[in-house]
Amino acid sequence: MLHNLNIQLAGENALIIYFSEQGSGQVNANISAKVQQAEQLIRKAMEQELAEDIIDLVPSYASLMVIFNMVTTDHYFILRKLRKLLKNIDQHSIEQVSTHEANIVELPVYYSNESGPDLSVIAKRAQLTIEQVIKLHQAQEYRVYAIGFAPGFAYLGKVDERIATPRLNTPRMKVPKGAVAIADRQTAIYPSISPGGWNIIGLCPINMFDAKANPTMPVNVGDRVKFKAISKNEFIALGGLLEVAYE
Amino acid sequence: MSNPSLTQGFVVKQAGMLGLIQDGGRFGAFNLGLTNGGPVDLLAFQWANRLCGNTLNATAIEISMGGLILIAQVDTTIAVTGANMPLTINGEVKSLWRSYHVKSGDVIDLGFATQGLRCYISVADGFIITPSFGSTATVCRESIGGLNGGKLLVGDLLACVSSSRAKNFLLADKLVPVYSNEVTLHTILSYQQHHFSSCQKRLFFSNEYTVSKSFDRMGYRLEGQAITCDIEGVLSEGICHGAVQIPSDGQPIILLNDRQTIGGYPKIGAVFSIDTAKLGQLNQGGKVRFEPISMEQAHNLFHLNLSRFNRTELVVCD
Repeated sequence: MLHNLNIQLAGENALIIYFSEQGSGQVNANISAKVQQAEQLIRKAMEQELAEDIIDLVPSYASLMVIFNMVTTDHYFILRKLRKLLKNIDQHSIEQVSTHEANIVELPVYYSNESGPDLSVIAKRAQLTIEQVIKLHQAQEYRVYAIGFAPGFAYLGKVDERIATPRLNTPRMKVPKGAVAIADRQTAIYPSISPGGWNIIGLCPINMFDAKANPTMPVNVGDRVKFKAISKNEFIALGGLLEVAYE
Repeated sequence: MSNPSLTQGFVVKQAGMLGLIQDGGRFGAFNLGLTNGGPVDLLAFQWANRLCGNTLNATAIEISMGGLILIAQVDTTIAVTGANMPLTINGEVKSLWRSYHVKSGDVIDLGFATQGLRCYISVADGFIITPSFGSTATVCRESIGGLNGGKLLVGDLLACVSSSRAKNFLLADKLVPVYSNEVTLHTILSYQQHHFSSCQKRLFFSNEYTVSKSFDRMGYRLEGQAITCDIEGVLSEGICHGAVQIPSDGQPIILLNDRQTIGGYPKIGAVFSIDTAKLGQLNQGGKVRFEPISMEQAHNLFHLNLSRFNRTELVVCD
């Protein structure tokens, strides 16, 4: 149950709706579902009555930031509209929420020592075999909690506690595009070459962010993701590249 | 390029420190993790476009520090606004904040800023750049926008139409912004402000901060009185333009146009947009003070400034 709609000021043209106690630090699928539900309701209104007034939304783990147009409206009006739009959010049944979430995306991963330089570290730390780590990573159905950090970088949770691993002490200067990685109980796929401190366990040949494609990303916040192990040959056949340097 | 009309414009002869193609910014792509980009000094950018008779969001160039040389291939009208960068056209000294006719072969040379940091160069009808996600704004960190997602390089062609304006205009001297090394940043207390004690807020609003060596279009890291709060961080959440992050070292970071879209540092508030434009003109060593402002005051100030901007008439100069 959402007991109260906690809407705070963010900036001169931004309000932020919190769906859980601020700072509670808990990543929670039910709260994430509320964020998604609220986002859908507001986006619908943005196609009609609020088309001029709301510029953009930033959904995240337990909050939704609403950017409004200061030229046409003000925070009082937006606050009132948000309260009205979201007042029934509790009454939507869980079944309704789950039909909205039906989008399950399966992403292939080539797990191996050559594509996942941190597999052995995770296995050793967890006192598991590499095969068990790979199996545990695939066993979970993940939820897309947030997209940010870099274009197309999707934060997925939650990773099985047994293979949850803290970030590297020294981040790598260069993580290859498609690197599948773990940080604590989160997992993600690096959409492009970038610096990064997550533990790399494999490579995904699917483009996570393609500016020219429609849709640009295979996943949205709220979607479910399953990983499926593929062989090196399958990885290459799907367009994956192995000539990557880890620095 | 397939369109023959896009094969002419201005050629970059010297790229300068950081020349970026910018329109008003990218909006509506936060859900993909894409930030806004756009001009750091929105006011100077909009004046540049008005001086050329353009729509306010027409694509222009933001040049930081200076050092840009362009060669015109078309007859058109240009205007330069913003920081005090010495401007010459064919070696002749010209003033900023006014429009000029240029003709094919003219050399437009922008030296290094003596006061302020960023200039805007607009051209009649704007530069013609293919938008990415609805905007031409360049965000280097994302490799999105502009010509190839990066800064201007020697040899780049900045396409535009040949479209001279009948008259040239200038902005009256008394209305030209003065770029100072000391800026007051009006700040709305927001986000995690309740996690900062009244004593910490008083420290924040009563001390002077210095722009550190870490400043760019993503954010300005300040140095000064450390501020503490009772939390280490929050679940990553949307970061608005101007948000003031307080990381664990207590030194404020003000987030600007190229900021990441979400983050988990505690935020005490957000700086008013008209003041972030002034902040964006500061270099390392610049001094800032924060002053609290209510949401209502910010709203009123925004509209007063908008109304002043809209009512100001440019002066015909030739």
